Amino acid sequence: MTDNRFKGTDSYIATEDLMMAVNAGVTLERPILVKGEPGTGKTMLAEEVAAALGMPLFDWHIKSTTKAQQGLYEYDAVARLRDSQLGEDRVHDIGNYILKGSLWQAFESEQRPVLLIDEIDKADIEFPNDLLRELDRMEFTVFETGETIQARHRPVIIITSNNEKELPDAFLRRCFFHYIRFPDEDTMQRIVDVHYPGLKKDLLREALAAFFKVREMPGLKKKPSTSELLDWIKLLLAEDIPPEALRAEDNRKAIPPLYGALLKNEQDVHLFEQLVFMNRGGRQ
Amino acid sequence: MLTRFFYMLREGGMKTSVTELLTLLGAMKQGLAGTSVDDFYYLSRSCLVKDETQFDRYDKIFAAHFRGIEDAFRSLIADVPEDWIRQLGTLDLTDEERAEIESLGGFDEIMKALEERLAEQDERHEGGNKWIGTAGTSPFGVGGFNPEGVRIGKQQGGGSRRGVKVWEQREYRNLDDSVELGTRNIKLALRKLRRFAREGAADQLDLPDTIRSTARNAGYLDLKMVPERHNAIKVLLCLDIGGSMDDHVRVCEELFSAASSEFKHLEYFYFHNFVYESLWKDNRRRHSERIGVQEVIHKYGPDYKLVFVGDATMSPYEIVYPGGSVEHWNEEPGAAWIQRLLNHFPKSIWLNPEPEQRWPHTPSVKITREIMEERMFPLTVRGLDEGIKRLR
Repeated sequence: MTDNRFKGTDSYIATEDLMMAVNAGVTLERPILVKGEPGTGKTMLAEEVAAALGMPLFDWHIKSTTKAQQGLYEYDAVARLRDSQLGEDRVHDIGNYILKGSLWQAFESEQRPVLLIDEIDKADIEFPNDLLRELDRMEFTVFETGETIQARHRPVIIITSNNEKELPDAFLRRCFFHYIRFPDEDTMQRIVDVHYPGLKKDLLREALAAFFKVREMPGLKKKPSTSELLDWIKLLLAEDIPPEALRAEDNRKAIPPLYGALLKNEQDVHLFEQLVFMNRGGRQ
Repeated sequence: MLTRFFYMLREGGMKTSVTELLTLLGAMKQGLAGTSVDDFYYLSRSCLVKDETQFDRYDKIFAAHFRGIEDAFRSLIADVPEDWIRQLGTLDLTDEERAEIESLGGFDEIMKALEERLAEQDERHEGGNKWIGTAGTSPFGVGGFNPEGVRIGKQQGGGSRRGVKVWEQREYRNLDDSVELGTRNIKLALRKLRRFAREGAADQLDLPDTIRSTARNAGYLDLKMVPERHNAIKVLLCLDIGGSMDDHVRVCEELFSAASSEFKHLEYFYFHNFVYESLWKDNRRRHSERIGVQEVIHKYGPDYKLVFVGDATMSPYEIVYPGGSVEHWNEEPGAAWIQRLLNHFPKSIWLNPEPEQRWPHTPSVKITREIMEERMFPLTVRGLDEGIKRLR
């Protein structure tokens, strides 16, 4: 067990409690439910776990119209109907019209895989309930052909949620749960370090300070998150902005450059400019 | 093992199930909890709590149950002013004393005071209510009672200090679900009001029906279409504006923006303090462009859900007497007008941004609640949830 413990990767900083949840899920073969602010790396987690433990990754992105059945398989009745009217041969084997879903593919994997069920809260409120048995027993039956599909290896299942809908209790009881908090300044520094290792120390320090200042601003509709910070730093690097330009103490240039990468909402940008303007007026 | 803890969680109002407890025990059997209390805390939280709004409650119960154990752990690793912290007895405090201690101030102040006192104090101390030590009521030290106290488990020379334990930091306090709302929270709550219905143009392929009728049609395609599903709920929002509502502008804005993106059929009107014969839609032209309540009743059918948002804080005269309005002369009392609305819209609630504890002290809130037949709810996530149950 010691060798396949998840400890974060070169490009992903995991906190202690996150590692515990992931390892518990991996060891006990139960799904891990991950919640948190958008942009804190929920989806990334699955990719990184797969990379760290050397497992193949299957992902299943949930939309508001997704049905549980689609993760298992779909029976393409329309195609079969069309083929039958055209008199094709393959119409006689119903198996030709069964399309495998992500869950099926993960069940068939030669090696123990990671299965990401992304944004499960987007789907209908009953969606998780429809998957209870499949996730518990790791098997399901294809009604059209009567065969039972069983997982060769129980996949490591990582489920993400943005909390738009409450998930049913019965479903929650089967999962390990982790809530990704917004990283504190130290963790954030480590995160940026692994993404931009060559970054100049002073630029990073100034960028982080400016970023947390923006986050602390009252009244923002959408606070910038980790992924926005990383984008912003990328832009700063590309534009070769000197660290001094970020220093908020500098009255004339108090607005951080390229702040469009941090604020994604018209009202927020407006509010931000207003506040900075007022600040400046007050100081002079 | 852990059974007592499990029942403490249940008594504390958490919905932890036996399955989850067994999972935790299974995980511990596999050696996942390792040897540190922190690991065990993370593991147990991830097994037993499935909702971040419950984290704070969990932290409190965890702290209460494992206090002794944690002390034992600490004494193993402590390279501490050991005799400062040696536990000699536990204080038995009355409720008044507890309240007094609670009033000592916030965490930050205590931390600041701690620094000062650390500088002053340089010997072992026990009892009393100021110095760091055991069994006292000072905010600092172990084994005493102070709800916001700081545990000192490690201290070397002049500096490194081990403060509050992970679960004692109670970082998830803000997520408890009686806190005020953000737009997203409100949307979540409003979503429970959704009711889908198929309306309008038939533009989606109805596969089951197509297959059925094709089969009936001897295998020749017979396409069937259905209209798309829409949220068919209709909401009429009446917002109190100005005066005492100025304190609540922000939360009302959030409610409004969430509601307007959530419901396709949303109508809103403003009123000041209480509903009289007319309402308005634009605050800048409130004196010129008004719509009569009678007109509202004629225009919007009883299938609309009526939601009032207001603090209902005013002079009782403004509700029950003709001419009571602060802005104009009203021939009929506000109570009569609101009653007309309530008769027409059977599903209605009143959301009050004032904290619930203050309601009993305001006579006008009491009157309004009576008129609303107790369908008044605080403007918090929980209040909104309960309110929406009444609207369904």
